Amino acid sequence: MSLVIRGGTIIDSEGEKKADVAIGDDGLITEVSSNLKGEEEIDASGCIVTSGFVDLHSHLREPGQEDAETIETGARGGALGGYTALIAMPNTTPAMDCLAVIEQVRALGEKSVCEIIPTGTMTVGRNGEQMSPMGELVDAGVGIFTDDGNGLQDPRLMRRIMEYSTGLTHRLGRPVVLAQHCEVEALSSGGYMHEGAWSSRLGIPGQPAEAEELMVSRDIALVRLTGAHMHFQHLSTAGSVEMVRLAKQEGLPITAEATTHHFSLTDESCASYDPVFKVHPPLRTDQDVIAVRKGLSDGTIDAIATDHAPHTDHSKEKSFDEAPPGMLGLETAFSVSLEDSGLDLPQILALLSWRPAAIAGVLDRHGNTVSIGAKANLCVIDPDITWTVSGNLMASRSSNTPYEGRRLRGRVRHTIQSGEAVVIDGEIQR
Amino acid sequence: MNSIPSRSLLSIEGMTKSDIEEILDLTDTFDEIGRRPIPKVPALRGRTVATVFFENSTRTRLSFETAARRLSADTMSFGAGSSSLSKGESIRDTVEVIEAYGADVLVVRHPAAGIAQRIDNWTDALVVNAGDGCHEHPTQALLDAYTLRKHKGSLNGLRIAIVGDIRHSRVARSDVLAFTMLGAEVVLVAPPTLLPPSLEGWPVTISYDLDEVLPTLDVCYLLRMQNERISEGLIPSVREYTADYGLNIKRAATLPKDALICHPGPTNRGIEIEAAVASDPRSVILDQVSNGVSIRMAVLFLLLGSGRNLGATSELEGGQ
Repeated sequence: MSLVIRGGTIIDSEGEKKADVAIGDDGLITEVSSNLKGEEEIDASGCIVTSGFVDLHSHLREPGQEDAETIETGARGGALGGYTALIAMPNTTPAMDCLAVIEQVRALGEKSVCEIIPTGTMTVGRNGEQMSPMGELVDAGVGIFTDDGNGLQDPRLMRRIMEYSTGLTHRLGRPVVLAQHCEVEALSSGGYMHEGAWSSRLGIPGQPAEAEELMVSRDIALVRLTGAHMHFQHLSTAGSVEMVRLAKQEGLPITAEATTHHFSLTDESCASYDPVFKVHPPLRTDQDVIAVRKGLSDGTIDAIATDHAPHTDHSKEKSFDEAPPGMLGLETAFSVSLEDSGLDLPQILALLSWRPAAIAGVLDRHGNTVSIGAKANLCVIDPDITWTVSGNLMASRSSNTPYEGRRLRGRVRHTIQSGEAVVIDGEIQR
Repeated sequence: MNSIPSRSLLSIEGMTKSDIEEILDLTDTFDEIGRRPIPKVPALRGRTVATVFFENSTRTRLSFETAARRLSADTMSFGAGSSSLSKGESIRDTVEVIEAYGADVLVVRHPAAGIAQRIDNWTDALVVNAGDGCHEHPTQALLDAYTLRKHKGSLNGLRIAIVGDIRHSRVARSDVLAFTMLGAEVVLVAPPTLLPPSLEGWPVTISYDLDEVLPTLDVCYLLRMQNERISEGLIPSVREYTADYGLNIKRAATLPKDALICHPGPTNRGIEIEAAVASDPRSVILDQVSNGVSIRMAVLFLLLGSGRNLGATSELEGGQ
């Protein structure tokens, strides 16, 4: 045995127990019991040992916007945040709408400290007009398709893509997941924050909650028609959460995620006019925040995602209207969840690890139980430590965190990627 | 002179009633200077006021520059149209360059809400918000309040209608705050599509019926109606807007004899106001314009005038 994690408490989908974990040279867990010894030992006393996190929603900006983030720096941030797998959104330049770009992202990912899982676009160039080569991409192992950043506006094309995706199940070996950024642009365009009391007072044009809810409603109807597996990205309104709750009760093949910022921040943050708080979908009201937390706690929402969206300082040093939407998330997701979700630790770990791993179809190597024979993709959390968020100290090439200066409790201490300790005591090892 | 100086003027929100009254009181002095044969005092000699306009506006810029010159300040002018912004320079870089040229005050206008507040964070110079998107236009509200006070003695108890495109109006946002702070009652008159999506917390009442409201008013404040609101689908046509919300001669006859008609300009004669009504004796539209210079003199003086007791300030009396 080469590596032992000593003195921690394991929490996984089967419960909680105190045990050491030994990992072999092949990156698999070889033993889980007490008083294990290894050539290399990592201290986990007072800490939680759990399976690594899986982010369903990361913007790694490469290729195309390497000044904001690269796959290497994004993966470092991910590892520091306890992630062992990042689902890379396809709104790169060029977009991940063909095999060549997917292969490039994979190749860059292989050198990084997280597993990088590329998604494919639903339409060519994310133009919302022509279906991407989904069959070819499925044959290359792509299991999630999304035009994220844009919702697919045309209901006819959405229906066709859903139908087409159901014919690819046997080629992928599991259902293809279509991930929708729900936003009816006819209602949202020209709006830069949530439409309501704060937007009216601040004079910032708003986007109504209904811009999101109309597309959630449409896609639920189309799932009922086609049987496609739909994953709703970054649900942000009380109405959306309620519709998904009812659709799940009906037994439709629907999953959903919520971001940390949509259960920790409200539209009031925009009163500073600082575009670090500009994000799509926008920060909503207190009532929406409460509904998102409720959705996370009752199982309506399956995963906490980051929507990690790096932007350079100079691109955010604009007016609220002109600045690009998006905020960092990978290095704060766990701590913010612990502080603001209202959930207990096992629930949070499920929402960060094994439940998103199931949606991404990677349970064979991420989000597994901490048990003999499992791939050692793990993280070790110190739930009691407090730390202060600083964008400049993050691994990301950008610093647009909305939590700047905030004191947070709980932090990832070590991260093990395929048996290799890539983060030890909060420091990246390579 | 103790509450405002050395502080940027970004919005009416956050100001107190006494802040506003202090500026209005001081404006009387500058109004008198403006009526002198040589309307110029050396109060701000050696200081530099920069107008930094990322959105075209001739009137507001001229008003600020006139105010600055009457106080003997130097002025410089930045306009987005012919500037380095079109070469890709950021707002922050632009602001830092203007500050490096020695500007003490930046008078900023921008089509997006909040930019004056952002710029205030980036610069050591003082910032005056001359209109930020649909947010605020504080000096307009001050000059409006000054105009009403001059004609009515006080705003306390006045019933004021603000009529038109409230949704997109920075003037309306600042006026509502200033007028109500000074004790006036404000009714917003507009079709629902031209009202803000939420009026939660606004100290106003709403009416969709100008005819019903007019006889009850002390002040009818008309806003500019812009043609692009039709392409945005907010109203069917200018014709219908004018029919329902335009102040024509017939409607003006129902407005009390001692009521005032205001407009921030530029007016669209024949749309929100019939040409003959603009020259009605109750119209104080041109008075607003001249009071604008006096208000801006007071604001610049308060920001830069080093907080000296105004009554004993010899600089004011120098004349040139």
